[in-house]
Amino acid sequence: MMFEVINMSFALPEIFMMVMACIILLVVAFIGESSGAASYWLSQFTLVVTSIIVYQSLASAGVTFDGSYIKDALSDVLKLAICIINVVVLLYSASYLRARNLFKGEYYALAIFATLGMLIMVSSSHFLTLYLGLELLSLCLYAMVAMHRDSTMATEAAMKFFILGALASGMLLYGMSIIYGATGSLALASIATAIQTGDLNNTVLSFGLVFLIIGIGFKFGAVPFHMWLPDVYHGAPTAVTLFIATAPKIAAFAMIIRLLVDGLGDLHQHWQGMLIILAVLSMIIGNVVAIAQTNLKRMLAYSTISHVGFLLLGVLSGTSEAYAASMFYVLVYALTTLGAFGMIILMSRQGFEAENIEDYKGLSEHSPWFAFMMLILMFSMAGIPPMVGFYAKLAVIKAVISVDLISVAIIAVLMSVIGAFYYLRLIKVMYFDSPEKQHEIHAPKEMCIMLSSNALLVLALGIFPGSLMAICITVFS
Amino acid sequence: MIADLPLLSLVIWLPILGGLTVLINGDNNIWVRPLALLVSLLTLVATLALYVGFDISTHQMQFVEQATWIASYNINYHLGIDGFALPLIILTAFSTVIVVVAGWEVIQYRISQYMAAFLIMEGLMIAVFTALDAILFYVFFEAMLIPLFLVIGIWGGPNRVYATLKFFLYTFFGSVFLLLALLYLNHVVGSFSILAYQQAALTMQEQIWLFCAFLIAFAVKVPMWPVHTWLPDAHVEAPTGGSVILAAITLKIGGYGLLRFALPIAPDASMYLDGLVISLSLIAVVYIGFVALAQTDLKKLIAYSSIAHMGFVTLGLFIVFRIFANSATGSGAILAVEGAVIQMISHGFIAAAMFLSVGVLYDRMHTREIGDYGGVINTMPMFAGFAVFFAMANAGLPGTSGFVGEFMVILAAFQANFWFAFLAATTLILGAAYTLWMIKRVIFGEVTNDNVAALTDINRREFAMLASLAGIVLVIGVWPAPIIDVLHASVEHLLTQVSQSKL
Repeated sequence: MMFEVINMSFALPEIFMMVMACIILLVVAFIGESSGAASYWLSQFTLVVTSIIVYQSLASAGVTFDGSYIKDALSDVLKLAICIINVVVLLYSASYLRARNLFKGEYYALAIFATLGMLIMVSSSHFLTLYLGLELLSLCLYAMVAMHRDSTMATEAAMKFFILGALASGMLLYGMSIIYGATGSLALASIATAIQTGDLNNTVLSFGLVFLIIGIGFKFGAVPFHMWLPDVYHGAPTAVTLFIATAPKIAAFAMIIRLLVDGLGDLHQHWQGMLIILAVLSMIIGNVVAIAQTNLKRMLAYSTISHVGFLLLGVLSGTSEAYAASMFYVLVYALTTLGAFGMIILMSRQGFEAENIEDYKGLSEHSPWFAFMMLILMFSMAGIPPMVGFYAKLAVIKAVISVDLISVAIIAVLMSVIGAFYYLRLIKVMYFDSPEKQHEIHAPKEMCIMLSSNALLVLALGIFPGSLMAICITVFS
Repeated sequence: MIADLPLLSLVIWLPILGGLTVLINGDNNIWVRPLALLVSLLTLVATLALYVGFDISTHQMQFVEQATWIASYNINYHLGIDGFALPLIILTAFSTVIVVVAGWEVIQYRISQYMAAFLIMEGLMIAVFTALDAILFYVFFEAMLIPLFLVIGIWGGPNRVYATLKFFLYTFFGSVFLLLALLYLNHVVGSFSILAYQQAALTMQEQIWLFCAFLIAFAVKVPMWPVHTWLPDAHVEAPTGGSVILAAITLKIGGYGLLRFALPIAPDASMYLDGLVISLSLIAVVYIGFVALAQTDLKKLIAYSSIAHMGFVTLGLFIVFRIFANSATGSGAILAVEGAVIQMISHGFIAAAMFLSVGVLYDRMHTREIGDYGGVINTMPMFAGFAVFFAMANAGLPGTSGFVGEFMVILAAFQANFWFAFLAATTLILGAAYTLWMIKRVIFGEVTNDNVAALTDINRREFAMLASLAGIVLVIGVWPAPIIDVLHASVEHLLTQVSQSKL
């Protein structure tokens, strides 16, 4: 009898994070109400050490746990990104949570478990691992949205999120079971070989594929599966919106790459058409509906939907350069969104949520520096050079043109013109309108510094995007 | 020796970094204005050094700099200039000096941001004229919108938000098609070099699509009828400095784009669709000329006159195909293209001067309505002298630069088709009509009201900027040879490119 030695070291980041999450839980249980500060610092410690562990083991790659767990360049880079982004997320949200009496250990325990879920998704090479990671992430997010339990909006958002999320998970699972039925395997590598070599029933496969895509569409928030996204972004406490809007999108990107490219890469011609529909609809609905929003969080929610559309452009093109373009897009998106929601948190204070566009009137009068930071972020989202958002759009549009989908490219650029309008409107409010009321910004110094470096990084990457692009290209080469 | 220095990088980054320094200094610093002036003057000197070191005997790109920028996509920091770019760069540097001087006393609100915006924009515009890599070009082409958007929106008139959003979205709409075209060409050629694009072998259908994309992008910038409507709004609402830069430089980028991209990359499509462009140009010249006649707002009138004058640029660039068809030598084609470029340069100076003159009046009276003026000559005799001179130049009086370009294009148009020349020549009447009628109503006559009676004549600062512009307009008018010499080799090269079919 042969024993395969399981290489635990590949999963060291997750194991460490798991242990730390349990420790945080214990700390919360023992200290009780005032565990906020302790668990905050423990979480930051966990995230930093995890990213160091990932960074230390960059060179190695392989599959472990009987083919259900993969460590490759993609997983390493995405894990690093997720951990670093979450460090910043927790840093931004600390003052917000304190002011609203949400600065509790539970929040951090949930955040670390959610991060663990993301890491597992990123590293999964098996339907079950992927599903486990996804559910771990989703369940934590549902609870986080509902953290502010006295707020009816938050509770409503959490309910919607939970029901639609559960539905999506069901769809995904159903799709997985059909694919399993057709190929006889749950491991993505063997599914890929089965499709490549075997004489399989294409109808069954594409039937399963449809459900997988629906599940993915839900998790991404792509039109027509986007209904939950504006309500959740709007209803959740801003700190939680910040969390949901950034790192989980990176994990969702990993999910789509693992499922569609690693597992069902040979069905490319089948899923390309479906993704084109999702992408085009997302770009159109996201951008057009965002124009009508007066609430900044809702506007950013619709802008997220449109960004998802752009991101899918790279995936649907189906070349390794195009996947790299999508990866670049998702990283840039996460970085920019991080800054944008960070700005909302910065502007908010006790009893006042700076979430209406009107609240930003004349910001450049009394806070020119942060108005400028927001300007950088908005131009980046609109895709105007020299901000990094431009190169993200450039990369995905180049990808669709390289596979001769010119009409999709035309829709994409037209939609980015429409998108420019509502980003410009925020800039207009900040720069061209005169302030109505004085609002002072009193945020902790570390937050101001981090937010400034966040926005300046968006600008700096816009001037020198080469290194980040090179990383994305190497991951897929 | 001069050619060894990275002069192009210097003229791009000096104003940008200088602008950032001005921005950081803040509004309360007394050095903001002198510093901005110093930066713009140094840049002007550096561009004149380009002129000194420029070799007029070749059409090759000069002062070339190349470095890898984004290695994974093979995008390079590739700069170089030829005869088309050099005059436009000098024009840009000169206009910025004028804008800094013009805003010296007038702008009190957020002065450091104002100066910084124009300095940064200067660097970006020069970069557009020097970029030889398509993505580099596009980055600067788009980035230029940001400072202008803010300038109109922050320092503009009452309806500034509408005007600046319209300006931004119009030009952004046009330029995304440019991006598509550039990416498609990259797909065909495999590099982002503009020079490689120009040699790309393309089918007729590809060329037509590309040409349409280029035309949309640059027609909005020029602007050509019927996508010109953003320009009057933007001009009316923009502060004087913004109007000067808009008229003097950003419109020229449209013309420059056509002769750098549309003509050499898609020569067969240009020939096939030249009728379209010629008609649009003639509509701009004639119809917009009539529209200008009907304006009661000074800035709007000049804005429409700008559109009409830019019609000559596009006309000059696209009649070359008809000239080739009519004559074997094609000597008129050189005249047409050189005329178009000289028209761009000359219009840059004249329109800048016209907007400055309106600015001088507006600073005193705070109105742009022609009806509110009358008899200005009685209280501002010195100003009236300049205003009449610039009006004459705008109407194309021989001896001013306005005459040279229009005359060359009309002369060339005769070799293409009599009726083109006839319609183009109506500008000599229309231009004179709307400009001189405006002058008559504003400058001459009796003093019409107390506000005009209380006017004071221009001060030394205003005198200096108007006098320098007047001098240049006069010099180019009587001695355009320096510009033509610089252009000649590049024009001949362009004509070889467009006369060789890619099919």
